[in-house]
Amino acid sequence: MTSGAAVRHRTDAATPEWERLNGRLILVHASLLAAPLASWAATLVATGGKLNLQALITLGSLLITFLVVTSIGLMRYFTTRYRITDDRIELRSGLLFRSQRAIRLDRIRSVDLTANPVHRVFGLTSLRIGTGEQTYSAGRKLTLDGVSKAQAAELRQRLLSRRDAVLGQAAVEDDGLIADLDWSWIRYAPLTIWGVGGVLAAVGTVYRTLHEMKVDPLQLGFVKAIENHYGSVPLWFGILVTLLIVVVLGAIFSTATFTEGWYGYRLEREDAGTFRVLRGLFVTRSVTIEERRLRGVELGETMFLRWAGGARLNAVASGLGDRDENRKRRMLTPPVPRAEALRVAADVLSEDESPTSLTDLRHHPRIALRRRINRGLTVTALIVIPLAGLGLWLSTTLLYAAGVTALILVPVSVALAYDAYRTLGHGMRGRYLVTRSGTFAHRTVALQREGIIGWNISRSFFQRRAGLLTLGATTAAGEHCYKVRDVTVTDGLSFAEEAVPHLLTPFLERGTSHRRDRRRR
Amino acid sequence: MNDVRLRPPRNRVERRAVAWWTTQSSIFALPLPIVFAVLYLFIPPARTWFGWCLVATLVPGLAYMLVMPAWRYRVHRWETTNEAVYASSGWLWQRWRVVPLSRIQTVDTLRGPIQQMFRLSGITVTTASASGAVKIKGLDHRVAADVVDHLTRYTQATPGDAT
Repeated sequence: MTSGAAVRHRTDAATPEWERLNGRLILVHASLLAAPLASWAATLVATGGKLNLQALITLGSLLITFLVVTSIGLMRYFTTRYRITDDRIELRSGLLFRSQRAIRLDRIRSVDLTANPVHRVFGLTSLRIGTGEQTYSAGRKLTLDGVSKAQAAELRQRLLSRRDAVLGQAAVEDDGLIADLDWSWIRYAPLTIWGVGGVLAAVGTVYRTLHEMKVDPLQLGFVKAIENHYGSVPLWFGILVTLLIVVVLGAIFSTATFTEGWYGYRLEREDAGTFRVLRGLFVTRSVTIEERRLRGVELGETMFLRWAGGARLNAVASGLGDRDENRKRRMLTPPVPRAEALRVAADVLSEDESPTSLTDLRHHPRIALRRRINRGLTVTALIVIPLAGLGLWLSTTLLYAAGVTALILVPVSVALAYDAYRTLGHGMRGRYLVTRSGTFAHRTVALQREGIIGWNISRSFFQRRAGLLTLGATTAAGEHCYKVRDVTVTDGLSFAEEAVPHLLTPFLERGTSHRRDRRRR
Repeated sequence: MNDVRLRPPRNRVERRAVAWWTTQSSIFALPLPIVFAVLYLFIPPARTWFGWCLVATLVPGLAYMLVMPAWRYRVHRWETTNEAVYASSGWLWQRWRVVPLSRIQTVDTLRGPIQQMFRLSGITVTTASASGAVKIKGLDHRVAADVVDHLTRYTQATPGDAT
């Protein structure tokens, strides 16, 4: 397909006028200059009006950088034009490097609206048109960066309805609200691990920034005061308090992230088979997923969330962009009660019951448990043995530490291995292949069987000895390969044959197994 | 209960591929031992040291050059039918890939300079899945052309966008 190709100029009388982006975009670009001007002002105040040469050079180059960025933005505004004809949307831009792009309306898979905080101050939003091509260059995306909110909503409606007209689909008027935000869900927010990671990242960033500015955080006044005050408390108390502070800050951070990310959340079914996810406080995101591109769902249950009975639901859909974009755009729900996630899954897939709620998943052989225990113990050994070695070499304290670590890690890793083994499962539910796995985060994926476009079957050295294999179903949607891990050769291959009839059949042989396989059975 | 197994794909790659892989591996395996050999010859005072370095790099290098091509020749197999492409590879991590012809998006051939010396070609069959590509390396270039021909004919015959 050639959506990126240049288009001929057509001069029909029916051709609509070229339209431009919203004029308020000038203000948006001009507002960028506030940053260098503010830093000028701040420096002037801080130094009492005396600037040395170094500060002048720094501020000057900052100003020039921002001027360049602003003028590029302004040039883009003045040169960008777009129009929607009967069968395509065209965009042209650039002064020195002129580009003309066109996308056929029937190739449009999604129309997303996002607005960053600066855009929102000026009532603007960006409209992004996705064609779902498997390309990884940003240039292939068609973005109208800076149209007014009303204009964007109107454009989106116009594009989707024109597309449906081109495709010959009937537009059905239906207010199909599937889910919207329930503030009681915020109780799940602190349970996502992002919080603690976010705090650590923030501390790291602050430390690095201070370090860059030649300030040693440990020498700051108030840090010194804390050190003097609490310097005499025992180490375990210090560690406990630090841990507590990190956890509390983490909870606050992830609650804030939840609020920012999911404020105003709505999942709705729109006319002509699309789903739309709307969410966000400062940055509003709107993601459209076509129903026919939706190949299934993924139920994610991270450890703490699972203990609290929560889960989140992701779409397994094609045309959501590359790996990173897919991660950002696939989310159908925030962390919600498990039952709610399953209800949404069933609704989105138009099934009576979500295929991921399958209780009678087929179990994996016992030897898969041994593999998981071995793996856990290997990790434990990799931590404990170097510690013990250092202990023998340096001091007995480390030896004790190694002993304590082993005492804690061995039961923990065995428990995790049991949990991971119990999580393993696969099955078939109507049109869907269901597979579940995971140690810290359990993932249950329901993938449409028609969406499977090949098999990747693999076997490591240890799996071969244990008579197991890993069956990977490749697909154009989501993460492109979904795996059924550690099934016996016979079960895995029969399952693959059942999921996609005839594909694997010519390459299979039946009969008594290898001597080694029989011995292990 | 009846056991089910994957049978190996019918075709081996071209015998000349062994020579190709040997040449290719020599490019990685030999330069370092050669450097040490030269140092060994021209710096007599440090002979013991360079001698050991020579042995330590030459032995694994030669072992790799001897074992890898033969082993790869044993495990790399492929087959095309009127319905699917089937290929296997891997030494310790065995891998089998099956792609139905109806889901193929592109069929590419690739011939590097060393492959051209041995009149060999490689084929890459891609699908709409980023992890669904099947690669068959070390085919005679005429065989490769036939395979591409066969695959593209069937791919064109199937309607839809293969997702």
